[in-house]
Amino acid sequence: MKNFRRTIFYIVMTAFCFVWIYPFLWMVSASFKSQNEFFENGLSLIPDNFTFENILRAWNEANFEQYFVNSVVITVGTMLIVFFTTSTCGYVLGRYNFKGKKSVYLLLIASMFVPMEFAIIPIYDLIKTMGLMNTRLGVILAESGGNHIIFILLFATFFSKIPKELEEAAIMDGSGFFRTFISVMLPLSKPVIGSVMIMQFIWSWNSFLLPLILTLNAPEARPLSVGLYALRGENIVDWTGIAAGGTIAIIPIIVIFLSLQRYFVEGIAGSVKG
Amino acid sequence: MKEIIQTKSKVKISSKKKTKWKTELWCWVFLLPTLVLFAMFQGWPIVASWYYATLDWSGLTPDSTFVGMDNFINVAKDPYFWNAFKNSFIFMLGTIPFHLFLALVLAVILHKPGLKAANLFRTFIFLPVVTTTSIVGIIMVFIWGSDGSINDTLVKIGFLDQSINWLGDAKWSMFTVILVSVWKNLGVNLIYWLAGLQSIPQELYEAADVDGATGFRKFFHITVPLLIPIGTIILLLNVVNSLKAFDLIKTMTNGGPFFATDVVSTYIYRYAFTSEMGLPQLGYASAAGLFFAVTIVIIAVIQAVVTNRIKGGRNI
Repeated sequence: MKNFRRTIFYIVMTAFCFVWIYPFLWMVSASFKSQNEFFENGLSLIPDNFTFENILRAWNEANFEQYFVNSVVITVGTMLIVFFTTSTCGYVLGRYNFKGKKSVYLLLIASMFVPMEFAIIPIYDLIKTMGLMNTRLGVILAESGGNHIIFILLFATFFSKIPKELEEAAIMDGSGFFRTFISVMLPLSKPVIGSVMIMQFIWSWNSFLLPLILTLNAPEARPLSVGLYALRGENIVDWTGIAAGGTIAIIPIIVIFLSLQRYFVEGIAGSVKG
Repeated sequence: MKEIIQTKSKVKISSKKKTKWKTELWCWVFLLPTLVLFAMFQGWPIVASWYYATLDWSGLTPDSTFVGMDNFINVAKDPYFWNAFKNSFIFMLGTIPFHLFLALVLAVILHKPGLKAANLFRTFIFLPVVTTTSIVGIIMVFIWGSDGSINDTLVKIGFLDQSINWLGDAKWSMFTVILVSVWKNLGVNLIYWLAGLQSIPQELYEAADVDGATGFRKFFHITVPLLIPIGTIILLLNVVNSLKAFDLIKTMTNGGPFFATDVVSTYIYRYAFTSEMGLPQLGYASAAGLFFAVTIVIIAVIQAVVTNRIKGGRNI
């Protein structure tokens, strides 16, 4: 009886999960179908004849090669800046007492509740004034400037738990504040770095509103998320091409998530526990 | 001898003071990158929004006219703004019950120590969370389209006589957008709830077993009360996030049909960054943005205060 119930449970959950990820299965399958096959049988999940034509068309003709490179550049650039700013900030907030510490904490936490999406016009204008409109650097800066209090808190909590002796030993050896941070503290925080990096990777890769408004007139600076939206605006009927673009954009992130999900899930869970 | 000791300790104190001062300086050096970016992309925008909101300004030229409160008055007078305002809240109220209850039910089902496949199921349910919302939105246009999988399946199993125009019909479009948003974000709430469940000490359940409590009673007398603190955080996150929703709506319906899914974020976008309403009106859009941002902050503060009250009352 117990085995029977367990089997039913597995069957139901498996069916549920299949339906749940069906849109991705459909997208990947459609991107490998010929346009004729798509019109005759758009819903089947396994193409009769695999063709790379759509992927190649999206990559070469629809500018997806450029979009892909832009996504990588924007994502990596943002990750590096955010890693640098949040680890340094989290380190001093977690480990040191100094005048004004409470105010800094308060400022950062309070800003969590301010929906910046509605103050996007000054950001747009600032990037324009800096002469960075329609550039990848503009998008990188604006995204790095978003709210990363979760990362700061993750680092602060981690660093606050490291025993004082370690640091004292490093100071005895004559290493200063900066060296202690770089060569003793930072290497210890690898698990947090992992969580922060993968979360930021996913957020930057997926971000849409900021790159959309900051690259309005510049296809050469667009990331994938905006590129596919532009493609659909121009070409509403080419569904196999759109699916191919979607596959190019989404498969990398799924692969990265599946291989590093432990860090990601721990980071997300840690953010509500804290 | 005494003197020597005194001077020695004096030297020590002053060098300690010096290192302390040096350390404080280092602390601020370490904070600087965060604070600079914060000032540029969060502090300044909040201040500047108020200024921009008083201007009649297209953003295309530097020319702008000061119009005082006119933009705010016009926002408050515009029925389309209130339509978007209402839709934002419908969207929020439509998605939140799923994220609170369905996600919790799934979390309880998957939080079984003996269940080996739980992690696998969790990964599947979480998958949409990590994918690009704008791209998911575009793919969903097909899936929910007239020839798409949803209509096809529902007609085949005889649930529908003919296909429904899920996104093109004003009666259904909001419903559809809400369902897709729930699908997209359920996984993250599942993780939150699982984190909450894991923090409940197992001994409590064991003690309840000894007392002969049923699973149902254990759920309502142990699990639910202990999940309330994390639940309030989950609620707050979902309120703020659902009111900010933009990517999915922009790509699935662009606020249509006939403004049926137009939310405040798409409303602002339309005025600030498109030529659909004539020249862009950055001042007007700023005023609308502020109006809504203030609303969200007020809701968040009220919620925080109410939760604190409830918690405070408990402790007494």
